[in-house]
Amino acid sequence: MTTQQWNRRDWIKGVGALGAGTASAGWAGLALAQKPLSVGFIYVGPRDDYGYNQAHAEAAAMVRKMAGVKVVEEENVPETNAVQKTMQGMIAQDGATLLFPTSFGYFDPHILALAPKNPDVRFAHCGGLWDATKHPKNAGSFFGYIDEAQYLNGVVAGHTSKSKKLGFIAAKPIPQVLRNINAFTMGARSVDPTITTTVIFTGDWSMPVKEAEATNSLADQGVDVFTMHVDGPKVIVETAAKRGKFVCGYHASQAKLAPAAYLTGAEWNWITAYTQIIDAAKSGKPHPNFVRGGLKDGFVKSSPYGSSVGEAARKNAEDVRAKMMKGAFDIFAGEVKDNTGKVVIAKGKAYKQTDVELEGMNYLVEGVVGKV
Amino acid sequence: MAHGPRSWHAAAEAVLLPTGALAAALLAFGVFVWFGGYSPVETWTLLFRGAFGDAFSWQNTMQRAAPLMLTALAVALPARAGLTVIGGEGALVLGALGCAGLPYLMPLPEGTPGSALVLLAGAAFGAVWLALAGAMRQWRGVNETISSLLLGYIAIALFKHFVEGPMRDPASLNKPSTRPLAEGLRIGPIAPDSLLGDVHWGLVIGLVLCVVAGIWLSFTASGFALRIVGGNPRTARLVGLPTDRLVVAACAAGGACAGLAGAVEVAAVHTAANASVIAGLGYTGILVSFVARHNPWAIPPVALLFGGFAAAGSLLQRRLGLPDASVLVLQGFAFVFILAAEALRGRLFQLQMPTMARLRLVAPAGGAKA
Repeated sequence: MTTQQWNRRDWIKGVGALGAGTASAGWAGLALAQKPLSVGFIYVGPRDDYGYNQAHAEAAAMVRKMAGVKVVEEENVPETNAVQKTMQGMIAQDGATLLFPTSFGYFDPHILALAPKNPDVRFAHCGGLWDATKHPKNAGSFFGYIDEAQYLNGVVAGHTSKSKKLGFIAAKPIPQVLRNINAFTMGARSVDPTITTTVIFTGDWSMPVKEAEATNSLADQGVDVFTMHVDGPKVIVETAAKRGKFVCGYHASQAKLAPAAYLTGAEWNWITAYTQIIDAAKSGKPHPNFVRGGLKDGFVKSSPYGSSVGEAARKNAEDVRAKMMKGAFDIFAGEVKDNTGKVVIAKGKAYKQTDVELEGMNYLVEGVVGKV
Repeated sequence: MAHGPRSWHAAAEAVLLPTGALAAALLAFGVFVWFGGYSPVETWTLLFRGAFGDAFSWQNTMQRAAPLMLTALAVALPARAGLTVIGGEGALVLGALGCAGLPYLMPLPEGTPGSALVLLAGAAFGAVWLALAGAMRQWRGVNETISSLLLGYIAIALFKHFVEGPMRDPASLNKPSTRPLAEGLRIGPIAPDSLLGDVHWGLVIGLVLCVVAGIWLSFTASGFALRIVGGNPRTARLVGLPTDRLVVAACAAGGACAGLAGAVEVAAVHTAANASVIAGLGYTGILVSFVARHNPWAIPPVALLFGGFAAAGSLLQRRLGLPDASVLVLQGFAFVFILAAEALRGRLFQLQMPTMARLRLVAPAGGAKA
């Protein structure tokens, strides 16, 4: 029984190989001339989630159009053994030599397990985890300072809000998320220092039911502008719009979902990072291990203003943006107090985006209603 | 022609029904992708290559199947005692927590004894959790399906509380995790330099436990008693079997398997307990067990089939750009057909008779005219 099956498999494999061989023979000359770079993209959720994964998939679609690059993609890959198998498959079956495993949880232990075993493959992970002292040179991470775009969201929200109450629906109280909440709140309070932001943590990256409940309960409490840090903001945007409230988006543009309620949004612009890393791979330069940038570098961007955004809000936000583009604006500049009244950044002290102190943020600034 | 069941009918059905159902599912899936504008032949070839085409595909399939064998046992064992327990996911995450948590409580020896201890801790956590569902049913009359499902949610909440709270490794900033297991406690690959590649010992644990569970149910007195309880609890009571104890033991054994699955995930894959462990393996185990008709010996091939679908789906996405959901469609077809084919069990060879008889009636009539 077993041997028979094996024979049949071998036969099919043989025929398949023969077919593939004949098909590729004609292309051999062409393939040799070009030798495209095979690039693999891996997403933890669906490509059309109006959020984190869509932001990556949109940039991957642009990579697909580049000359001399072949793209393979896989979506809904959990942060388990499955992602190791997907990466190995892309390397072994598709000949990929550059991988973009885009979910934060893919790095440790999965990329770290495979990178040493595949020294000729470049692993470009999204997130800020790569450490020169500990991690292999053919791995690296790229990330963007999206808190700048969240600050601009805050400025627009501050101008738009009538109740002076803003809502922030977040997944987990981790440094990256706290930084966004704080930046958004500081942006809003730069417009009017009486504004408060109420935070609800849902506990995980994709909790559509809890996100809808949180949106409704904040709306009941008088919140009239929402923003979020969850993987797929779709539910929050739609729920808020249904309640007649405004939203600032996150990750990708959700303007299509609620054109009237959508003010602006903090979006990733991953093609900038992708291009740097792909160019290095094509020209054989060392793998860029530490790739970061903000608005100035084109790593993040804002969604176009919606029709509900007033003239004053636009002007204010554009002024701040102009300063950010010149590198003359620090969001986290003292004196900053947390929401228990403790001074967390002393007077006169200003953190640049690149300062590692900001990556361990564990407080909510004054004006945020909520607890870490 | 067959006039009654022959001795080989049961064996032939055991092979023909599932393979026929799979063939029908593949055919239906071919039609499905054809409607979507893809070539069915290419799709079938890719499915086969992705799941069983070469050594890497086999590793891929086996690696994905390993945890499913254990989580399927968590459903199958209580099911043989007459319970529908669907809370394997909860037992799995607590197993992961137990495995990652034991080193917090006591110093552990390096190497195999240490690994065995953390795995046992995981199994114990899982066992207690599902035993709760069994105990609540036997002594408080709480429906075990609902209670095990809800216990699963509680387990996930507890897991998150401990991982993001008291047990959090301060170094895990943006992905809250427990402290990683020491190198010496982790589980490695079975034979890294052979064709097995990086397939880890979890596969062996799963296979062995499936075989052992089958032996327990088929060849031991307590296993037989358990099946009686599952078949007819009143009869079991009437003949004086310790029904309550058997039911709780079956739940505990199932829970131990799921807990072990969680522990293996931590010790072999994740190295620390964190939210990535909650990947729905416990829920997939429910499907595996039902398709295997709660027979522990049928679980490994069904789990391999499942692992194969996942592995093949991966290749299908990469080569054809099909969305991930298309593999779910194939899985759906496969399970509907496999379960529907069960209706033919014991009747497959009887079905032919009237058809053949009708043909024979038609054939001479046609012949006479010609």
